[in-house]
Amino acid sequence: MNTGELSASERATAAAPCITCVWVSLALLAAVVASFVGLGIDYSGLFSADSLRSMGRFVAEFFPPDLSAAFVKKTAWAALQTLAVSALGTLLAVLLGAALALPAAGRFGSAARHATRLLLNLLRGVPELVWAALMVLAAGLGPFAGALALALHTSGVLGRLFSEALENTPRDAERALLDAGSGAAAAFAYGALPMVLPQWMSYTLYRWEMNIRMAAVLGFVGAGGLGQMLYYHLSLFQQAQASTVLIAMFALVVVVDGASARLRRGLAPAYA
Amino acid sequence: MNAAVARAIERDPQALPRATALLVAVVVLWPMLVLAEFKPWALFEAGNLRVMRDFLVGFLPPVTSAEFLGLLLKATLQTLAMATAGIALALLLAVPLAFVMTESLSVSRIGPGRGRVLGRALRAAARWLLLALRAVPELVWALVLVRALGLGPGAGVLAIAITYGGMLGKVYAEILESSDTRPARALLEAGSGRVAALLYGLLPGAAQELASYTVYRWECAVRASVVMGFVGAGGLGQLMDQSMKMLNGGEASTILLMFLLLVLLADFLSASLRRLLA
Repeated sequence: MNTGELSASERATAAAPCITCVWVSLALLAAVVASFVGLGIDYSGLFSADSLRSMGRFVAEFFPPDLSAAFVKKTAWAALQTLAVSALGTLLAVLLGAALALPAAGRFGSAARHATRLLLNLLRGVPELVWAALMVLAAGLGPFAGALALALHTSGVLGRLFSEALENTPRDAERALLDAGSGAAAAFAYGALPMVLPQWMSYTLYRWEMNIRMAAVLGFVGAGGLGQMLYYHLSLFQQAQASTVLIAMFALVVVVDGASARLRRGLAPAYA
Repeated sequence: MNAAVARAIERDPQALPRATALLVAVVVLWPMLVLAEFKPWALFEAGNLRVMRDFLVGFLPPVTSAEFLGLLLKATLQTLAMATAGIALALLLAVPLAFVMTESLSVSRIGPGRGRVLGRALRAAARWLLLALRAVPELVWALVLVRALGLGPGAGVLAIAITYGGMLGKVYAEILESSDTRPARALLEAGSGRVAALLYGLLPGAAQELASYTVYRWECAVRASVVMGFVGAGGLGQLMDQSMKMLNGGEASTILLMFLLLVLLADFLSASLRRLLA
């Protein structure tokens, strides 16, 4: 914002309190209050001695975790599977998202742009768990269904972010190539792609961080990995085993968060 | 090196690094595909195709009976309320922790002084606390909290608050760090307090980003209601669960259309908030 040369009247408007902001803040506050009142949640249970004891007992059952060699091995295998599901889901989403980003950025006309945007919103709007339930029907139980579910939801998010990055990039280089007689594909690959690639990478890594958590939950609907183990042991009230699985989830999130943060540091900042 | 490769390198100086990267990618990708049981042909097996077709045919037409729409409206309102309450509580967790964690707001960092080690330790503690909050999936938090609060929206709201508090706090700190931190630093060096440095130095540059991320998280919380259906928290998740279990595609597609509408609503909110804060 340029504050160098302001006239007296401009300064007066700038200093005036923003009435709209006040109304919006009040509306947000009202929405929050209405939510709490409407739900009618009784949080006194959270502090009563009885329920605290019951919660404490439940948490205490998780200790000590089952650290027998055989079970740790099984958990490690499931953790690898979850890692693979999250990575494969993200990778497929990048391919599909990039393919949809081109029409969504208006490269193929206005009609294609609106149609693709609607498709992207639909992909994004359907929750991962619902996609997973559908994919289990389509591909059978197993980790592949989970990877597909992640891919479908994430491609909706990434396609939109990719297309926004593409729209915000200056097109001079691409146009220069086109004017010099290169083909459309070559002009895109050498003129536009290098400009958006760091940001695309950054968005991708960021989504991968979120997908590793989601991949762990998808197991609950039969998509393999750590989630399936957790669901199995929790429903059999085997808390010691469930605790080991939770530790593995924690470790996985720590590793992926750290790796992604380190890789992203060199790239453009991205917040999906 | 044969002549063809030599010629290729002459044409593209990046050829060798590119080929190496491709090779590494294949080596990493292969075990991943095996582990994830990558079998795209399973999608085209006759049995699976038939199940899917029968199910999808059931999707049309969406159910539009007044009775179901009434149920849907009630569930949607409940889901919106849960997401809003959850995000409000999450903000209570995330804002102070992000404030503590943001390095560019550290006074002790500026000059040699006694607080340096303590400040770093505090930031590390906040970072680990946020990590612990968000590393456990919301579903697990919900299962623990159901013990104390019983079935109902209470456990779901708190579970959303805890996990999303962890995520919001981390991302807030990242956004504040990656915006232009020089104004805040100038303010701190001139002797202003931390809160003033945040409000006048960092927020003007980062407010839009922070607002749109918060709205995005709210949208995610709306979708998380599907997960919350597992703990009997009501809302769209439970409705969806019932429809899917009874393989009632018409109801499922109406609910999915509602999810699409909610996403569009979130986009609209995000865009208007950004405009307001510009």
